[in-house]
Amino acid sequence: MKFLTNLLSKLSGKDEAPLICKSCKTEIPAKVARKNDYLCSSCGKYLRFGGRRRIQWIADEKTFQEISPNLSSQDFLQFPNYAQKLWEAENTTGEKDAVVCGTAKIKGNPCVIFAMEPDFIMASMGSVVGEKITRAFEYALEHQLPVLGFTASGGARMQEGIVSLMQMAKVSAAVRRHSDAGNLYLTVLTDPTTGGVTASFAMQGDIILAEPGALVGFAGRRVVEQTTGSNLPKDFQRSEFLLQHGFVDEIVSRSKLKETIALLLRMHNREVRI
Amino acid sequence: MTAYEKLRIARTTGRPTGRAYIDSLFTEQVFLHGDRRYGEDGAILGGIGYLERLPVTFLAIEKGQDLQDRLARNFGCPKPEGYRKALRLMKQAEKFGRPVLCFVDTLGAFCGADAEERGQGLAIAENLLEMAGLTVPILTTVIGEGGSGGALALGVADRVYMLENAVYSVISPEGCASILWKDSAKVEQAADCLHITAEDMLRFGVAEAVFPETFDRFPQMCEQIKNRYLQDLSELLSKPIGQMLEERYQRFRKIGIFTENGEA
Ligand SMILES: [Zn+2]
Repeated sequence: MKFLTNLLSKLSGKDEAPLICKSCKTEIPAKVARKNDYLCSSCGKYLRFGGRRRIQWIADEKTFQEISPNLSSQDFLQFPNYAQKLWEAENTTGEKDAVVCGTAKIKGNPCVIFAMEPDFIMASMGSVVGEKITRAFEYALEHQLPVLGFTASGGARMQEGIVSLMQMAKVSAAVRRHSDAGNLYLTVLTDPTTGGVTASFAMQGDIILAEPGALVGFAGRRVVEQTTGSNLPKDFQRSEFLLQHGFVDEIVSRSKLKETIALLLRMHNREVRI
Repeated sequence: MTAYEKLRIARTTGRPTGRAYIDSLFTEQVFLHGDRRYGEDGAILGGIGYLERLPVTFLAIEKGQDLQDRLARNFGCPKPEGYRKALRLMKQAEKFGRPVLCFVDTLGAFCGADAEERGQGLAIAENLLEMAGLTVPILTTVIGEGGSGGALALGVADRVYMLENAVYSVISPEGCASILWKDSAKVEQAADCLHITAEDMLRFGVAEAVFPETFDRFPQMCEQIKNRYLQDLSELLSKPIGQMLEERYQRFRKIGIFTENGEA
């Protein structure tokens, strides 16, 4: 079955594997999900979907060109089970690591785009994620392009020890250079964005959008509950909570996302002058 | 010595904390408080002092001395206002051309509901972004625990030094053990797996030097540290700013271990 969907995906250029709704557990065919802007056709909740699908969905057809697709993680600390986790993640997602980067057009507006893969070791950031996103910003700087980033992450990848923590600094420095040259960085926070990614490039956008109901925070809810010693409000660390506290610019539904992004990219087009 | 033994030493109460280094290294200190946005955070000390004849800005995460002091300083776990105070003082240092010297000693950024409400992630993210482009030299010394993003928020520096038994980690070994093995008692194993010692930091290019711990002769120990700071600062201050920033960029840019098309 997996072989068949893989083959179909190859032939059509689209990911044909079915999606499973995290809320109601319904299996939804890829085609139906695509048509429905990745809302569950059974319960209406937002489906979690991977970086490559995300880009296919948001980018104009046949405009995506990948940057540095062949980077793979190494188990350089011989960390318990890391090699096996990588192998499993590669098998279930078909990706080499937790982010897909490249250039694309959104309703005709060129940009550098990256989107994270929540099912690849919880889209944790290790050397490969850090390197690929850094390269994406460097490419964007060189070509004076805006960067559009879809974040989703469980945080830094502890299996790469201190090297993973340093990726936060590495990417931030690249964001800074891109920004200093007057380029736009637009982030879309998707469910779930936490830990070291929240504490670095997710929160460094000039404009920060979020999907409805997305979990976004620094510390995990359970840790916060233990520290605070009380029950937290239901919407704690959800995008609505962040909007209310002043940390995101706008919450945008999936049906409006493409036009909103396209408009913002157009407004920041550096070639247009009166 | 194992990583776990070092971790225990780094956490020993009675070990010199941030305040001791400030007192020993800088003369005529003036402490400055508050983030001018929300409040004051006792977990981060900041101010101006002289390093020999050079005015510098110092920032130190302070765990506190006795229990009362530790409570007041939230055991050295900064909140967003602490990181924002640090950023305010860094920008001030930049304006007046003063080098910034940071001292890191924290289990990590505070994980309370109030910290989340005030944007802990954003506060750290902004420090990383600003430090990457700060036009004055930044030196960071990990004097005890370097806990995750909460430590890195003072760690995007031109030079990073580790004390002999200091540790620097992406996650606390307790946190790692409870996530990986659902057993926070396996701290020892986790500390080992995470590679958190000063030697590890040299190996991964995270730190440039290790300072020996001779706490029984603390003034002499600080004298040696001061000499190293002065030596590195005079080197950094003699460079054009653009070159210093380019080297700071490359310092982090080169960290990362992966393969491309199957090759390392
Ligand atoms: Zn559903």
